[in-house]
Parts: sequence; C-alpha cells; structure tokens
Amino acid sequence: MTHAAATVDQMLPPYPAERGLDVYNKKLGMWVFLASEVMFFAALIGTYIILRFGAPGEWAKPGVVLNIKITAFNTFLLICSSVSMVKAYAAIQDGDPKKMRFWLLMTILGGAAFVGIQVYEYIHLIEHGFLPSGVREGSELAEKVAKGELPAATMGLYGSTFFTMTGFHGFHVTCGVISMAYLYFTKALPGKYSKQDYGGIETVGLYWHFVDLVWIILFTIVYLI
Amino acid sequence: MHWWLPAKASTFTGPIDGLFLAILIITGIAFVLVEVGLIWFMVQYRQRPGRKAFYTHGNTRAEVIWTAIPAVTMVALGLISNHYWVEIKGRNSVPANAYPIGIHAKQFEWQMTYPGADGKLGTADDFTIRNQLHVPVGRPIVVQLSSEDVIHSFYVPQFRVRQDIVPGMDIRAWFQPTVAGTYEIGCSQLCGLGHYRMRAQVFVHTQEDYDAWMKQAAQEASQ
Amino acid sequence: MTSVAATAHGAHAHHDDRSFVRKYIFSTDHKIIGIQFLFVSLFFLLVGGLLAMQMRWQLGFPGKPMPGGGVLPETMAPGGVILPEYYIQLVTMHGTFMVFFAIMPLLVGVFANFLIPLKIGTHDMAFPRINMWSFWTFLIGGLVMLSSLFVPDGAARAGWTMYAPLSARHDYSGASLGQELWSVSIIFVGLSSILGSLNYITTIINNRAPGMTWFRMPLSIWSLFITAILGLLALPVLSGAAIMLLFDQIIGTHFFDPAVGGQALLWQHLFWFFGHPEVYILILPAMGMVSDIISNGSRKPIFGYHSMVFAIVAIAFLGWIVWGHHMFVSGMNPTLGSSFMVSTLVIAVPSAVKTFNWMGTMWRGNLRFHVPMLHAVAFVAMFVIGGLSGIFMAATPVDMFIHDTYFIVAHLHYVLFGGSLFALFGAITYWYPKMFGRMMSEPWGKVHFWLTFIFYNCTFFPMHITGMAGEMRRLYDPNQYTFLQPLQPIRVFISISAFLLFATQLIFFVNFWWSLKQGKRAPQNPWEDNGLEWSLPSPAPHGNWEKVPTVYRGPYEFSSPQSTEDYLPQYTKLPTDREPARAPVAGH
Repeated sequence: MTHAAATVDQMLPPYPAERGLDVYNKKLGMWVFLASEVMFFAALIGTYIILRFGAPGEWAKPGVVLNIKITAFNTFLLICSSVSMVKAYAAIQDGDPKKMRFWLLMTILGGAAFVGIQVYEYIHLIEHGFLPSGVREGSELAEKVAKGELPAATMGLYGSTFFTMTGFHGFHVTCGVISMAYLYFTKALPGKYSKQDYGGIETVGLYWHFVDLVWIILFTIVYLI
Repeated sequence: MHWWLPAKASTFTGPIDGLFLAILIITGIAFVLVEVGLIWFMVQYRQRPGRKAFYTHGNTRAEVIWTAIPAVTMVALGLISNHYWVEIKGRNSVPANAYPIGIHAKQFEWQMTYPGADGKLGTADDFTIRNQLHVPVGRPIVVQLSSEDVIHSFYVPQFRVRQDIVPGMDIRAWFQPTVAGTYEIGCSQLCGLGHYRMRAQVFVHTQEDYDAWMKQAAQEASQ
Repeated sequence: MTSVAATAHGAHAHHDDRSFVRKYIFSTDHKIIGIQFLFVSLFFLLVGGLLAMQMRWQLGFPGKPMPGGGVLPETMAPGGVILPEYYIQLVTMHGTFMVFFAIMPLLVGVFANFLIPLKIGTHDMAFPRINMWSFWTFLIGGLVMLSSLFVPDGAARAGWTMYAPLSARHDYSGASLGQELWSVSIIFVGLSSILGSLNYITTIINNRAPGMTWFRMPLSIWSLFITAILGLLALPVLSGAAIMLLFDQIIGTHFFDPAVGGQALLWQHLFWFFGHPEVYILILPAMGMVSDIISNGSRKPIFGYHSMVFAIVAIAFLGWIVWGHHMFVSGMNPTLGSSFMVSTLVIAVPSAVKTFNWMGTMWRGNLRFHVPMLHAVAFVAMFVIGGLSGIFMAATPVDMFIHDTYFIVAHLHYVLFGGSLFALFGAITYWYPKMFGRMMSEPWGKVHFWLTFIFYNCTFFPMHITGMAGEMRRLYDPNQYTFLQPLQPIRVFISISAFLLFATQLIFFVNFWWSLKQGKRAPQNPWEDNGLEWSLPSPAPHGNWEKVPTVYRGPYEFSSPQSTEDYLPQYTKLPTDREPARAPVAGH
C-alpha cells in the first residue's frame, strides 16, 4: 500500500459527508459569539440579582433616581430599530438593495439616537449626584437620601450595578452602530449585497436583535422593578 | 520530622482522620493498580521485531466494569463523607450547650472576646484579649467569627478545624478539645503582606484551670 | 470556505509571495499563529518558572540573600533578601503566568490553532483574521501583566484567585497600579480566548474534510472542541468579574467590598464558576493529545474510542456544577457543600474511565518508546496521582483539614505539571516536525524526560507530606509557626529539587532552539501516524492542501489486519473503501 500525499477525489467539494450545520460560517460564528455574550451579561445580571437581594436594606424605589419616561422612549426607539433591521433583511432577501439601504440607515440612526439619549441620561444623572460609587455629597440626591426618600445603605450598590450594566449595554450598542455603519459604507452603498449574498446583513442583524433583547431585560429589572 | 497528620486534640480528629485513612487506602489501591499496570505493560509489551499489536477497539464489558466500580465507590464515599460533614458543619450541628467565644480577625491579629462570668456574649462582663484563645477541655466551644477587613481563615491543625472568616458575614464554627495543652491558630487564607505572621495561641485548660484563668483575666480586663 | 492561497502539490517547494510581516507577524495562517503562541507562551512559562524559583529560595533558605538577587530593587529584595510584600507578588504572579499565559495558551492557543485545520482537513480557520486578533489580544494581555512587575508598588498581591476584598481595595493589599493592571490583563485574556474559541468551534462544525465524520475525529480534536465550548462560556464570566473588580479599584464601585454593602463571596462564586471549567480547559486538550500519542506509541487503536469521547463530554458538563468545591470552608451554605461534594466525586468517574482506557490501549500493544510516548505515559502515571489526591479534598470533612495547605499545592501541580506540562512536552516534540520541518534531538529529549520525571516527583511529592502536617499555602516564612518548624528539612529538599527541575528545563529550551536550525530534517510522517496532517510535507505549507484530502476511516487504525504495515492513515484509500456521500454545500 502507499503512503503518498493526500488521496484526493477530484469530484468532491471540501465538505464533510456528514454535514456541518446547515448555516454558513459567519452566521454560525455569530451564534457562537452570542452564546459567549449571554454568559457575559449573565454574570453582570446575576451579580445585580445577588447584590440586590442580599443588600443590607431597602433598594431605591423605581423612578426616584432614574427617569423612566425618557428611558421608556429610548426602549421604544431600540425596538423600532430592531424592526427596521428586520425590514432591511427582508428587503435584501427580496433583492431590493435600495430599500435595504434605507432601512439599514434607519437602524443605524435609531441605534445612534439610543446611545445619544443614554449619554444625555448619564450626564443628567451625574449632575444630580448619582455616581457609580453612590451618591455625591452635597448634591440633589444627597438631600433626598437625608430626607429618607432614598435608602442610604444601598445607594452605592445601586450606582455600581446601574452604571456597569447599562454602560456595558451601551458599549455593545455603540459597537453595533459602528459595525452597521461600516457595512453601510463599505458594502451596502457600493452595492455589494444582493439576493444571493447578504451574509453581513443577517449576521449583524442577529447581533442587533440580541442587544435589543438584553436591553428589554435590563430595562425591566433596573428601571421598572 | 513529621510524616503523618498532626497530633489529635479534638473530637473531629476521629472521623476526619478515619476518613483520610479510608480514602488513602482506596486511592492507594487504585494508585498501585494503575502504576504497576503501567510498568508491567511497558515491560511486557515493549516493541519487539516481527510482532504486531493486538488489533482491538475495546471491550464493552471491561469498560462497564471499570466505570461501575469507581462510580459505586465514589457514591459510597460521598454518603459517608456527608454524614460527618453534617455533624461537623451542618446548619444545626452546633451543640446547644456550646461555650461561646467571639473571634474578630483583622490585618494581622486576632481579637478573642470572652463571655465573662455569665457565660454569654454581648453582656457587660465580656472582655477581649489579643492573640490568645483560652478554652476548657472536653466541652464544645462555638467561635463566632467576624472580620474587620479582608477574608481570613481560622485554622487549628490539631483540632482539624478550619473556617474562613468573611467580612460582612457572621459565621459560627464549633469544636470540642479533648487534650489539654498549647496549640497554634494560623490564618490560612492569604490576607495581605502580614499573612504569614498572623498567628495566635490556643490554650486548652482543664475546667478548674480555665475557671481560675477566667477569674484572673476578667479582673485584669476590668482594671 | 474562505479564500485560500494557492499552494503547490505535495512535497514541492511552493511559491508564497506574502511579505515577511504578513507571513510571520500579522499572519492569518493558523500554523504561524500557533507557532507565535508557542514562542510567546514558552517565554511566559520561563518567566513563571523564574518566579517559582525565587519563592522556593525564600522557603528553603528564609532570610538568606538570594544568589543573583542583588539585581532586584530595594522594594523587592534589598541585598537579595526577599521581602514579604515581594513574596506575595511572586505567589500571585507565578500562578497567574502559569495558568493564563503558559499552560492555557500552550494547550489551546498553540495546539487548537495548529492542529484543528490540519487534523480535520481544511485550509485554515473559519475566520483567519479573528484568529490573528486572538493572538494579538493575548500578547497585549501578557505584556500588560509582565509590565505590572515593574510598576512602583509592584505587581498584584492577592493570589492568582484574587479573592476580594483584598484585591478590590488598595489599602488592604498595599498594591495599586499592579492590581489594576492584573484586572486589565485578564480582560484581554478573556477576549482572546473568546475570539479563539468561536473560531475553533465554527471550524470544527463546518469545515471538516469529506468523510471526516464526528466519530472519525481524533480525540485531540474532540477535546479541543469541548475545551473551546468551555472557554467560550467560562471566559466571559471571568471577564465580567474582572471588569467589576477593575471598577471597584478605579471608579469606586462597591461590588466586592462588604464595608459598603458589597459581597466578598460573590467574587469567589464568579471566579470559580469560571475557574472550574478553566481547570478542565487546562487538562482536556492534554488528555486528547495524550490519547493520540499513546495510540501511536502502542501501535494499537485507542481502547474504547466512543467512551473516551463521552468521558470528555461528561467531564465538561459536570465541570459546570462543581465550582463550589473550592469553597467548602468559605462560609457558603453547608448544604450546598454536600451537593458540590457529590458532583465532584462523580466527576472522578469519567476521569477513571479515561485512565483505564489508556491502559487498555497499551495492553497487548507493541510499544515504541519515542520521546512523546514517554511523556504521554508519564502523563497517565502522574495524572493518576493528581486525580486521586483530588478525592481527599472532594470529601468535605477531609477538605476542612487540608484546604489551603500544601496538600492542595501538591495536587494542583500533579495535575498541571505532571498532567498538562508532561503532555505538552510530548505534544511539542510530536508535532515539532510538522511545525518546523526538523526533528528535536531524541537523546537529549530522553535525558530531559528522565531528569524532569525524577526532579518533578522530588519537588512535588513531599508537598503532600508538609500539607498533611498542616503547612498553609502562601506563607512567606512558615517557621513563624512552631508546629511547622520541624518541616524545614523537607522544605530545603523541595527547594533543591525545584532548582534542579528548573535547570533541567533548560535542556528542553536548548534542544528546542538548537533543533530549529540544526535538527535532523523531518520526513513527511516521522511517527508513522494516521492523522491527515501527516499527508503533508514537513513543515506543512501555507494553505495546507491544494485540495483537501478525503477521509476513509477513523484516526486510530494501527495494526489493522487490512494493512501489511502497522498503521493505516485516514487518507489512504483501500480498494474496499467507498467514497463518502457528497454533502450539499452549506449556506453561502
């Protein structure tokens, strides 16, 4: 018998006889990456739950520190951007790159607006004396603590968890906006996407829906409950 | 030189040393089996010209056997261990008549708070001494552990007792000394640069000696 | 399939017009990335070893000036005498470097990168550029960690496990920038592992050669696949924890500081939730590669291939529910301790299955003791000791006594050094020809093996004894305790053995470097193995195959009656072999 180099069957494409998953690499890679993102946010959210339920006293009531109305609008905005992402995806599947470009742009704008509003919210909160370390002395919130409207013992944990969770979510949204903008200018505008090739849109879309989903969880547990 | 576990000075030494020995025998058998087997195979089946290895992909029966034996052993070991674990550390393991002593750990010292004449902590006759734990022999002792700063660990090798002391948590641990004498407490959780010298002494007295010591120490503390 | 640079046939020299920088520095070739990981992590292995030597000097000869210690600054070792604050930096950095920057990248960074495409038969990773970033983020993390040794207050001082609140507050630890750099560096390591893992997983699922079914994959690939899943899911938890720790250190959050409402045990739960899967990240690839090497050295199919695969999967699955066994005496609810004990004892079963199957493989074999085989058999012999000593600490009452003593140190070194590192010496020697086209010296390899085996046991076995006597870990000077003073002769013996062990490793490093240029030219298949990588010339060319090979059988067909020789490669077509069915092209 011989031990020559690879025995190659000229007729076979390089795919396993036992199929891989019926998805292309980019998409599979994104799913795998999202699994790791789930674990990352699980660590942050798990920490929040443990700290909140093990806290030495009451947790601040919803709506006293955080402005629920603005954030509810922001949540609505992010959900809309998820819808427009679906529209962009549907458009390119139908082979309509022009429509796809429009909806992709809408998604980018929606995401950017979300980040903008979040930055505004942070500035506002910090001005009022809400910091990752707790409440700034001599600030408006410090007076509320003094009057007993806010629990002194847990404000430090409140600040720590709030800024870390929403901050990292905001960071993820920012990354999403940047990647979509990159795809918009390098792929969508030059017309590189078509009915046959829209992997980039689908992949970034998966990420975008994930980020949206995380926000809905965060909004519920941080702002509403 | 020391080739075995430290001297036995509490009631925990019985079950813990016994379990240690049992595990040593079980693992010893497995160890000898594997190492002797490996050496034997290495000699017996070393490469020799003109010989071919026995072509086999395995044997289900053999694999079932060597899966089942460790599994049964491990489950049995778990049941026995758990029995003692519940007695030593379980939620309700602290005997009702245990004598309370407060131990407050901080970088890098131990503060022992004694209950005074009334035998209760948190009353006016409590007093505190640094780095010395005095206990009566033959009586369950419950130490109430707290920390000022970082995690420390209360460890007396001759008692086979160890418990981490976590800031923000009140943890109780108990033991019952059986032999009077002097022993050492070590901090066994890295607690900073003075970790290595965070030691204290345990004096196990007979009940009479303890009462005498208590009287004198309470007097000194009140001055 | 991503773009593939054209390569020439078989053993022909091939034309590769990439520039030097593209080819060796910012390379996207999985083999070059693997080799980059190899050089960098061998360097960190040396650093970790040097740190250990200084610890051993202090423990063996406390208070005496260390030879060559005069070069260290006053803040570490004035006049060569190691200070307590420097000693705990040594403890911390030795653990950190060995776990995160030596063993883990050597196993995963080097061999997942190098072996996966070669052994499953594809041209490169699914995402070569992400793969490149995985290396560069790792390197940045490593350099950040290395730099922390040289900042004014010195490196991190809270042990490699970084228990809070000691690590979270600078007034407790006495270090400042060093602690922060530790957190930053670990965040980079996490990112690097995640990027690597998603690549390995995608590649193995989607890019296998025709005929390479799941149960024809070598066990090395199975273990790397499962390891990648562990890494993918465990490392983000560590990164999250490190981020929170960093925030505690620099922006004043209170996650882990109980003085203001945080929880100290939270760090331990997060750390060990990552940390226990990490333990298996550090051993599973070694088990996989040892399986390959033992089968080859025994000239016999692996005994019980399927149960070996299931054992890997079982270990990985159970690995998620045993983290609490690091915390039996931490103040955690004792009832939780009971359940963690049970899961921990159960995890001994698949490990036992693997051990017996390795022995079954050697049984009635025709054993060739080449250097990799020696290391592989030593792996089995030493891993058994590490595994069995683990049962002592799994039993909660016994753990109460031996927790945080040298018994633990002995155990973890038997697994990490006796296990992983022996496997790595074997694996590096084994795949060296495919990496560099030359063989490492066989006689020097054997000298290195035997000396390592002896000094390694002299170093770590006595630690069981000092641990049983109650010697605590991480003590700058155990002689502070009266009951530990009689153990000083054992500590001296351990220290001297450790110095000799370190010196022996220099043989390996010299052999490694010398063979790069001077080693014997490697034939295509020097070990007469069955894997797909041996169908390529040594070293394997860029892009691997022009057309990927077809796979006709499992990876362990040694001494098959179908062949006149005692091996039958996966890519060899016998007249009786049928072509694999043509699979539909997935996606686009």
